[in-house]
Amino acid sequence: MPPVIQVSSIRKQYGRTIAVDDVSFDVEQGEIFGLIGPNGAGKTTTMECVEGLRRPDRGTIRVLALDPARQARRLQTRIGVQLQQAQLQKRIKVKEAVAFWASLYPDSVDGDRLLERLGLADKRDAWFMTLSGGQKQRLFIALALINDPEVVFLDELTTGLDPQARRAIWELVRGIRDRGKTVLLTTHLMEEAERLCDRIAIIEHGRVLDMGTPSEIVQRHCAEQTVILVVEHEDAEAMLRSFPCVESVQRDGSRYTLSGRHADFVTRVIQGLAAHRMHVEEFRTVAPTLEDVFLRLTGHSIRD
Amino acid sequence: MLALLRLTWLEIKIFVREPMGFFGSVAMPLIAFIALTRVRAPRIPARFAAGAGGGFFDAAFVPVLASMLIVVSTCVSLVTIVSVYREGGILKRLRATPLQPVTILAAHVLAKLLFTLITVSLLVLAGRRYYPLGAEFPVVDFVLALLITTWSLLSMGFLIASLAPTTRVAQPVAALLLYPMVGLSGLFVPVSTYPERIAFMVNPLPMTRGVSLLTGIWHGQGWIAHVGDVGALAFTFVLCTVLSTVFFRWE
Repeated sequence: MPPVIQVSSIRKQYGRTIAVDDVSFDVEQGEIFGLIGPNGAGKTTTMECVEGLRRPDRGTIRVLALDPARQARRLQTRIGVQLQQAQLQKRIKVKEAVAFWASLYPDSVDGDRLLERLGLADKRDAWFMTLSGGQKQRLFIALALINDPEVVFLDELTTGLDPQARRAIWELVRGIRDRGKTVLLTTHLMEEAERLCDRIAIIEHGRVLDMGTPSEIVQRHCAEQTVILVVEHEDAEAMLRSFPCVESVQRDGSRYTLSGRHADFVTRVIQGLAAHRMHVEEFRTVAPTLEDVFLRLTGHSIRD
Repeated sequence: MLALLRLTWLEIKIFVREPMGFFGSVAMPLIAFIALTRVRAPRIPARFAAGAGGGFFDAAFVPVLASMLIVVSTCVSLVTIVSVYREGGILKRLRATPLQPVTILAAHVLAKLLFTLITVSLLVLAGRRYYPLGAEFPVVDFVLALLITTWSLLSMGFLIASLAPTTRVAQPVAALLLYPMVGLSGLFVPVSTYPERIAFMVNPLPMTRGVSLLTGIWHGQGWIAHVGDVGALAFTFVLCTVLSTVFFRWE
């Protein structure tokens, strides 16, 4: 089966600014694919080209084997879209928005059941302006799902939400995937990318820096693992340094930070501690995250 | 079609929920009209008894002026709503649906037509009660003429809304374009008294045609006499609708 979304070598320029530069990626049926990068990296422009809202200057895009720029109308009924910082009429009621959106498509799912699934059933009669940030986003998800789309686009879905609302939304997105739909999302939250996405593409300055599953990417760029432990022992530092695979040891009082790149690093450290019969008071591993990868790839943190 | 009716109904409901929406567009003109006519009533008949001479002394002056001002303020409000929708990203969100721009245009125009109709009807009723002279006029024809004029002018408003980049620009531009057109429309001074060049420029404008149509119909002239006016208004509507569909900006 061909990929649901095929993007090859697209480029989009605004005046002198190159927003998207030679971006290519494929998204397979039933996966959550994330475009990851800081604000202004070109994620939204890329996504809006795929949605058919913008036309790339160069390159080709196929979504469900359709060209979004030329066959927008045929595509629109098969995709669901949530846009970054979208608004609705302030005084539109939740149920009115859902009913209206449903009327725009030849086929639509049951609006009431959709609202129930998204936890908005008791907000049916509320005006849009009275909803919280999380509720608004859930409503936008509802609108994106109203036509029972095959592909769902979510742009910066959880930006500005508190952690609890964010987690609830992640659950909803996983639910969308579990019903066999394909999800393309953008985020500048590394935690979101790591927890939610099956595969990601890291984008900066309009270019794809790397692509793969989050753990593959972390493994590729930040293989280094870290163990932090507290040991009250006079010769601890020397003993720890003698462990195989330990490449560096930093000491802060009785707290030691060991790191190494071996795939079995943590196991080896535990074996070493046991062999030396060392009394360990605290033990904690720190796995590298996408945040670290980003820092390594770009030389700056994503929030800079 | 279903989408159009639903959107129209939705926009009507949303507009009524606005604090200044219904009150500002329907109740305010009525209150102002009643207040003014109550105060001016003793003096009005004498001034307007002159009949169909055109300008201030025309019996149709007050109703046509009131109608035109309502239509123009409706127009400005349409421009504002569309640009607010654009800035708020509402239009962009709608763009990702199968909805056509012309449907959005039509829905707003229909909603505005309805409110114009309600306002003017209330004014006519109030006029019958409070305004002693000139109360005998072909109501149905006048309302029809007003609908045609409104439709045409609203399409102009929508064109301005399609072209204007931001709300801050759209509203004053609309007001600056539309109100002077009312000033020059022949309502205050008959177009026939204008210098030839200005008359040439002003004549095809929908305001001028609208005033001519409304005044004529008020005085009981037949539609045949105003085919040109209706034609010009229809032409403006088609032209502006086509242009605004072409130039429509979603964001």
